[in-house]
Amino acid sequence: MKRKLEISELIFKVISYLFLTMFSIMCLYPFVYAISAAISGRSAVEYSQVILFPKQIQFAAFKRMFSNNMFWNSYSNTLFITLYGTIFALVYSILGAYALSKKRLLFRKFFNFFLVFTMWFSAGIVPQYLNYLSTKTVFNGIGITDDKWLVVIAMGMAAMNVILLRNAFENVPSEIEEAAIVDGATEFQVLSQVYIPMSKSTIATVALFFGISRWNGYFWARQMISNSNEHPLMVFIRLLLEEYTDAEAMAGWNEIYASDSVIYALIVCSIVPILIIYPFIQKYFAKGVNMGGVKE
Amino acid sequence: MKVTASDYLIYDEGTKSYKESPEQRVRDDVEKHYWLHVGLTIVKDWRLYLMLLPMLLVFLFWRYFPMYELLGCFKVSDEVLPVSQQLFSGFSYFKRLLLAGDALSAEFWRALRNTFLLSFYGLCFGFPVPIILALFFNEVRSNIARSIFQVLTYLPKFMSTVVMTSLITMLVKQGSITTSYGVLSRFLESIHLISHDLAVSGILNNPAYFRATYELSGIWETAGYGSIVYFAAIIAISPTSYEAAQMDGAGKMAQMRYVVLPSILSTIVIMLITRIGSLLSIGYEKVLLLYNANTYVTADVVSTFAQRYGLQGASKGIASAAEMMNNVIGMLLVIGSNTIARKASNVSLY
Repeated sequence: MKRKLEISELIFKVISYLFLTMFSIMCLYPFVYAISAAISGRSAVEYSQVILFPKQIQFAAFKRMFSNNMFWNSYSNTLFITLYGTIFALVYSILGAYALSKKRLLFRKFFNFFLVFTMWFSAGIVPQYLNYLSTKTVFNGIGITDDKWLVVIAMGMAAMNVILLRNAFENVPSEIEEAAIVDGATEFQVLSQVYIPMSKSTIATVALFFGISRWNGYFWARQMISNSNEHPLMVFIRLLLEEYTDAEAMAGWNEIYASDSVIYALIVCSIVPILIIYPFIQKYFAKGVNMGGVKE
Repeated sequence: MKVTASDYLIYDEGTKSYKESPEQRVRDDVEKHYWLHVGLTIVKDWRLYLMLLPMLLVFLFWRYFPMYELLGCFKVSDEVLPVSQQLFSGFSYFKRLLLAGDALSAEFWRALRNTFLLSFYGLCFGFPVPIILALFFNEVRSNIARSIFQVLTYLPKFMSTVVMTSLITMLVKQGSITTSYGVLSRFLESIHLISHDLAVSGILNNPAYFRATYELSGIWETAGYGSIVYFAAIIAISPTSYEAAQMDGAGKMAQMRYVVLPSILSTIVIMLITRIGSLLSIGYEKVLLLYNANTYVTADVVSTFAQRYGLQGASKGIASAAEMMNNVIGMLLVIGSNTIARKASNVSLY
């Protein structure tokens, strides 16, 4: 009896380790391959001889990429959109979530519904596009010709993130707030000195959600930014992939790297910042998912 | 607030008669001048409402104004005029899409069917994988090993759709005279999963393989991240439950069946209901980045249909009508599933 138990457990353990190892390798492989292919020689890439490790190592594809103005442009645009977009979204989300977490707010139910309804029903691509177009006209009218600001202000709102913040603020004990009010704190001081420090981890989670979605944003940036100098990185990658001849022109006919290597190099450059901060932020994401808005 | 008779009238001992209570007078006053009191409260508490304002404006401008633009699907679409000045045309676009029986209508039905099928297959094949993954995570006793597995399996979720689809495109790209086909195609061919011709002509150019590509890459992308919820439910199980089961002679399978499964069942049910609720809301970005004219037959979903006709073409009315239908059905599914979830488990998702 005792013996049998151990065997079934052992088998299950072996299977789980095997499966997890395989799945982890599957998840990691494309990125390792991208790095290897970016630094492999022309014939190795063109004849798919690179399997895992780089062959005929060269760094010319990266150098070619770094000497391209469009690359630096798009990189700085992505940084711009990520930074300002995250700050903008965080500010309105924190303020709004704080107000929503207060029981004394009039029409609280209505405001909550106002928010949640956007999760149930979205107008769709075409009406959003028309709306952004008219916003763009207004922006241009008041002298903002830089479409990046449109992407910063008009895109990437998420009702879910506001609800996560609201739930976190509701869990702050009211005694602490009352104590602060007795000590003469104003509304804004209560928020900045009591609520924000007490829900730091949720705010970090939400900031990361916003940040990642800004960094990865593609579709609307491509639709709404007309000047190619203002395109973010993701649009640049996609355009390069679509107009494959560009990559080919970059590689030329007698370079030591393949045209694919240029695209791989670009992809590697775009994921490196995420890979660097990822191990540190990963636990926040896990936490955010578990909060997941499930409210009893 | 419950109002009883004693709230209205007070018995006055002195005059031996009933008189109106002063509190009731205040209540009546509030009722009579309801909006005035609302205004006064807001003025007195203006900081709170000022804080709420930016968020309301953001959502109003970029979530609710598009809904107003959506009314274009009931009007004669005219590029020059704003929606408010267009003529009302009733359900002509809807009739055109649903009943006309021509090529456009067939294309719409195909898109609707593809939307449903892509989500449905995702539900069938993608849903169990995170649960299995969470069960396996639980088997790994060493914290370091488990963290490594988790970090690696969550990773694809943080990559942008563009990076992911670019990698897929490159890994299964078609061959040409000067270059070989993608390394993943090569691997799949060597284990006899796909034929040589298919590998050379490119998997993404073959409509028969689009759904498989979409679902498998979806599992690759989201399974690790999706397992977090289940894993949290599993580690919440008290060790004494396992011990009690072991004392009763339960093997590994019996423990799974009688200890683990009942504990995560409510999570599974909630997740399943949410997935059913979002059957018609499929991410358009990934389809848009993976499909091409060769694979429209199986790949075209309602959003991409609308994108092609509304943004690239000029049929904004047709495109809006298509999305309207998709999104209204989608909303009904979400509300219905959320209601069921609330009834079933007393847990509301919103």
